[in-house]
Amino acid sequence: MFTKELLDQSSQMRKKWEDEVKKIVAKHGDLKERWSTVSDLEIKRLYGPEDIKDMNFAEDIGYPGQYPYLRGCQATGYRGKYWTFRMFAGMGDAKTTNQRWHYLLTTGQTGLSTAFDFPTLMGYDTDDVHARGECGKVGVAIDTLDDFLTLVDGIPMDQITTSMTINPPATALWAMYCAAAEIKGIPLNKIGGTIQNDMLKEFIAQKTLMCPPEPSVKLISDTIEFGTKHVPRWNTISISGYHIREAGSTAVQELAFTLRDGMEYVEDAIRRKGMHVDEFAPRLSFFFNSHIDFFEEIAKMRAARRIWSKAMRERYNSQDPRSWWMRFHTQTAGCSLTAQQPYNNVIRTATQALAAVLGGTQSLHTNSLDEVLCLPSDHAVQIALRTQQIIADETGAANTIDPLAGSYFVEALTNEMEEQAWDYIHKIDEMGGMVAAVEKGFPQMEISDASYLYQRQLDAGEKIMIGINKYVTEEEIEIPLVEIDDELEKIQIERLHAVKRKRDNKKVKECLKDIKTACEKGENVMPYCIEAVKNYASVQEICDIYREVYGVYRDPGMY
Amino acid sequence: MSDRKIRIMIAKPGLDGHDRGARVLARAFRDAGMEVIYTGCHQTPEQIAASAIQEDVDVVGLSCLSGAHNYLYPAVVNLLKEQGADDIAVIGGGIIPEKDFQGLYDAGLKGIFTPGATLDSLSEWMFENITPRE
Repeated sequence: MFTKELLDQSSQMRKKWEDEVKKIVAKHGDLKERWSTVSDLEIKRLYGPEDIKDMNFAEDIGYPGQYPYLRGCQATGYRGKYWTFRMFAGMGDAKTTNQRWHYLLTTGQTGLSTAFDFPTLMGYDTDDVHARGECGKVGVAIDTLDDFLTLVDGIPMDQITTSMTINPPATALWAMYCAAAEIKGIPLNKIGGTIQNDMLKEFIAQKTLMCPPEPSVKLISDTIEFGTKHVPRWNTISISGYHIREAGSTAVQELAFTLRDGMEYVEDAIRRKGMHVDEFAPRLSFFFNSHIDFFEEIAKMRAARRIWSKAMRERYNSQDPRSWWMRFHTQTAGCSLTAQQPYNNVIRTATQALAAVLGGTQSLHTNSLDEVLCLPSDHAVQIALRTQQIIADETGAANTIDPLAGSYFVEALTNEMEEQAWDYIHKIDEMGGMVAAVEKGFPQMEISDASYLYQRQLDAGEKIMIGINKYVTEEEIEIPLVEIDDELEKIQIERLHAVKRKRDNKKVKECLKDIKTACEKGENVMPYCIEAVKNYASVQEICDIYREVYGVYRDPGMY
Repeated sequence: MSDRKIRIMIAKPGLDGHDRGARVLARAFRDAGMEVIYTGCHQTPEQIAASAIQEDVDVVGLSCLSGAHNYLYPAVVNLLKEQGADDIAVIGGGIIPEKDFQGLYDAGLKGIFTPGATLDSLSEWMFENITPRE
C-alpha cells in the first residue's frame, strides 16, 4: 500500500509520538488500562500506515460494485436509491397490523416487515395448548389464509416488498403470501420480498424451533429452489446474524457464524437440488445487527462483504458477479437498549443506524425507544423512522460511498475481524459443517461464553451502559405502554374455528396428505403448501406434518 | 443452616426463545456454588412443575420476555401448590412492567427481577432468601 520511504518516515515520526505519549501517561495516567470494543476486541491508541501496509489495493480494497465488494454492492452507492426504510411491525390480530402497515406507508416507509406472534412463529395455531397467553403479544397472529388476506388488505403487493420474519413455518407463511397474490391477480414473478427462513441461527441463538437441523435445512433448500424457478424477485432466505448477536455473541462470532450458515445453505442447495450456485446465490440476502460499538460495526459489515465474495468465488466457483455481492438488512441492537432512562435509547439507535449506513446496508430497521419495555407506540416508531430519514436527508452520510475506506483504523479492524472470522469458519469446516457444529453445541457455547463474560464485565464496571452502571438515576418511567388485550385470544380462536367449519375439510385432508407424501419422498413441498393454504389449511396443520415426518427438536438447554 | 447447596431450576415457560438472561444466570448461580438445572426453552407450566418436583429443587427461576408472564408465572405456582409442593419457591424475571409486580406477588411469586440487576446481587438474594430444604 505504501512506499518504503513513507513507511520509514512514518516509523520515525511514530517513535517521537510514542515517546511523548509515554511521558504524559507516566505523569497523568490513562482513564483505564485496557481499551476494547463492546465485543472485547482490544483496540490500539493509534493506527497508522504500518497497520495496513500489507494490504493490496486491488485485491483487498478496490471499488464499489466490484470484487471484493469491500466498498459496497452498488457502484452508485446511495445516490441512486437510499437504503430501504423498513420498520418491523406486527401486533394483535391481522386487522390491527394491517392498520399499522397502512399508517407506516403514509409516514414515508418504503418497505414492510412482519412480526408474527409466538404461536405463529413456532407453527402452532392459536387454539393449541402451547399458544396459551401468547396470542398477538409479540406480533401478529396468523392461523389461516383468512387472516393473511386481512393482513395484506389494500397493500399493493406488486409495488411494495414485504419481509416476513418467519422461520420453521416459513413454507406455510410464504405459501400464504403467494396464494394471496394469486387471489389478487398478481403473478408470482411480480411479487417481491423476503422470508427470514434461516433455521441454523434458530438452533444457535433465537430458539424458534420445530424439527431437527438436517430436515430444517432441506425445507430451506425447497424454498430456494421454488423461488429460483417461480418467484424470482423473492429473497427466499435472510441469513441472519442479528439474533446471534442479541443472544450475546461478539461481533466476530456474529460475522463468522452467519457467513458459515450461508455457506451451509449454499452447499445444501447445490448437493440436494443439483442447482448451480449462480442459479440461486444472487437472491441470498443477509441480516446483521448494528450494535453500539461504532467502528466495530462498520468494520464487520465491510468484512462481511469481502468474506462472502471470496467464499463465492473460491469455495463455490461462482462465475456470476451477482452471486458475489452480499446484500443485507440491518437492525439496530435491541440488547443495547435500556429500560432505565429510556429516552437515551434514541441516541443509541441513531448512532447504530449511522454505523449501518456507513457500513453500506441495503435496508434498515431502527428500534423504538420503548421496545425494551413493550411493543412500540406509534409515536416511538415515528421517532425511530425519522432517525433514518434525518441520517439520509440531513447528515450527508449518504453523499459519498464508504467514506471510512482508507482509514488506517477501519481498514486494520476490518482485516482483523475478517481474519478471526475465517478462523471460526475453518474450525466449523473441520467439524463437518454448521449442521454438525450446531449438533455439537459449538456456536451455542461460544456465545454463552461471550455473553457471560460481557455480563461479568458490566457488573464489574469494565463495560459501561449509561443508566445501568453509570449515571444511574432513580426515576419514574413515563412511557405509555402498549399492551395486547388477553381477550384477543378468544376472538382469534373463534375466528379459526369459523374458518375450519366453513372450509372443505375433505379437500384440506387431501392437501395435507400430499404435503406428507412430498416430505416422505423428498420432493419440494412448496407447490403442495400453496394448494393447502388456498384451501384454508392452517399453519399448525402444515407444521404438524413436518413434526410427524421429520420429528420434533427440543432445546437441549445448554448454558 | 444446612450444608446442602441451594438447588435451583432455571426454566423458560412458553414459546419465548430469548434465553440469554436465563443462561447467563444459570452460569452465575453455578459459579456462586448452587446446583443448577436449566430446562431449555419452550416448557409448559405443567412440564416445569413436574420437573421441579422430580428434581427436588428449592427454587424455580422463571424467565419469559414475551409478555405472557401474567399467565405463565402464576400457572407454575398453582401447579406446584396443587401437587403439594408449595415449599418450592418461585421467582421470575424478564420484561415485566412495574404495574404487574403486585399481581405476581399476590399470585405467590417470592421475587421479581428485571433488567439491570447484577449477577452477584441475584446470587446474594438467593443466599438470603432461599434455605436449602433438608
